[in-house]
Amino acid sequence: MSRMNKLRLFGRTRDLESQIDDFLDKLSESTVMFRLGVRTYLKEGANGEFDVKLKAVNKLESEADALRRNIEKELYTHTLIPDARGDVLGLIETLDHVMNLFEGVLWSISIEKPDIPSEFRAGYRKLTNMVVQAADALVLAARAFFRTPHAVADYNHKVIIFEKEADKISTQLKRDIFNSDLDLSRKTHLRNFVEQIDNVADWAEDVADRLAIYAIKRTV
Amino acid sequence: MDPSVIIFLSSGLFLGWALGANDAANVFGTAVGTRMVRWGTAAAICSIFVVLGAVISGAGSSETLGKLGAITALPGAFMTALAAAISVYVMTKAGLAVSTSQAIVGGIVGWNLFTGQPTDTKILMTIVTTWVLCPILAAIIAVILYKALRIYLRYSKLHLVRTDAYLRLGLLLAGAFGAYALGANNIANVVGVFLPAIEFSTLELGGISFSPAQQLFLIGGLAIAFGVMTYSKGVMMTVGGGLGRISPVAAFVAVVSHSIVLFAFASRGLEAWLLSMGLPTIPLVPVSSSQAVVGAIVGIAILQGAAGIRWRLLGTIVMGWVATPIMAGFISFFGLYFLQNVFDQTVF
Repeated sequence: MSRMNKLRLFGRTRDLESQIDDFLDKLSESTVMFRLGVRTYLKEGANGEFDVKLKAVNKLESEADALRRNIEKELYTHTLIPDARGDVLGLIETLDHVMNLFEGVLWSISIEKPDIPSEFRAGYRKLTNMVVQAADALVLAARAFFRTPHAVADYNHKVIIFEKEADKISTQLKRDIFNSDLDLSRKTHLRNFVEQIDNVADWAEDVADRLAIYAIKRTV
Repeated sequence: MDPSVIIFLSSGLFLGWALGANDAANVFGTAVGTRMVRWGTAAAICSIFVVLGAVISGAGSSETLGKLGAITALPGAFMTALAAAISVYVMTKAGLAVSTSQAIVGGIVGWNLFTGQPTDTKILMTIVTTWVLCPILAAIIAVILYKALRIYLRYSKLHLVRTDAYLRLGLLLAGAFGAYALGANNIANVVGVFLPAIEFSTLELGGISFSPAQQLFLIGGLAIAFGVMTYSKGVMMTVGGGLGRISPVAAFVAVVSHSIVLFAFASRGLEAWLLSMGLPTIPLVPVSSSQAVVGAIVGIAILQGAAGIRWRLLGTIVMGWVATPIMAGFISFFGLYFLQNVFDQTVF
């Protein structure tokens, strides 16, 4: 932190506030990049455009990691928000994992290059859309936690709805895959990707559940 | 200065030390206990503002105590303060929320009874009524402030981190105000009884003149500050730990409500302003800092649905109103008897 910041009234507060906002911006940006990455792969395969999106998610993930470490260090070295810092830490770490999951899916696609038959592509696209919407609602819930904790429940509600829809789509997609004439090896390969993508929505729901408790603690 | 003055003042200084050790926790306990403010910072601010409050605004409540009983001989004042100090010590050991205010009034009435001076029942009634009013008033102020602050926090959309920073600053400012109000209101308990009996000359220091009363208040204030510095840490940690579920917002509201009440019962400026507005004035009476804080916290608890109220705690407060002054009165009465007949001292 610069000397000027130390002199400014609430300088450290403003820094920390903007670091938390930046972290949430990275997460929000990564949902867009993830969605575009999967869509590009479904439409055009693992081409240059897909690699650009993969790199973008990688970069966002490592930037968010750096921010997370800084936020944690600030909270603990200066005993800031003593009554809520454990919750903030838990929230930031579990949100960070959402990006890890995005990154994991795109890396798997890049390495394994699954051959997705055209009749299943719409299912994958719909699943990806639903998962991304759950993650977006989670980002809004997290933002609300910091400024308007009583509004967290509304966003959490959306996360849960999107997660349920994602479950329905993934179940149907897996059923269709296994009802097809493909080899068992291809079926299981395709199923892995369905599960990996759906996993993001499941995780988002888990984070939303924790967030609900954190928010209640802040509003009583 | 006659060295015997210091010896006789010692009981008052001990009372001041006990007050600092115990009551600093009412002002900064929750802030330190919830780790929002460091103990060192809290102790420094508390000490400075207690002394300032005592010297600048201590006269009002001291005058009321003087009206209850003007103790004219130093040994008599010594015994009165000692009776109060012993009562506070015993009651604290018994785990009761006691107040030096209630002890000293008992001590003075004991002196009145021993010396055959009439006790002004009108003044006594005013004082007792104020004790009952103090926690109730603190509760009402706390409820209003808490509600207003909650609404503000809800609609201001302040970031959690910024709310925390503002609260931290707020707790420091409220603590400073609280320490000032504590010094102003409770200095009368510590050295008020010595006022009529002690003879200091006016002191000129750098163009500012300190009246004899102010010099006495300064000595008493320093005794309180010494109590804060040497013994308040453990008490603050206990208060913070015991009220572990209290949020920083509630802690802030409790301290502010406590301080407003103590200040209202001590401020001559406020009295003059109310008079000028044609409003009824608030009696200037030393009240209990602990009971003001408990009142405020109970007020907030009631607002939140009253799940957390410990009725036993309220019971001990009412016990304190009755038991503390009676005990101090007895000790004062018999102590004066010994001082006069065994140690051959003039007590009135």
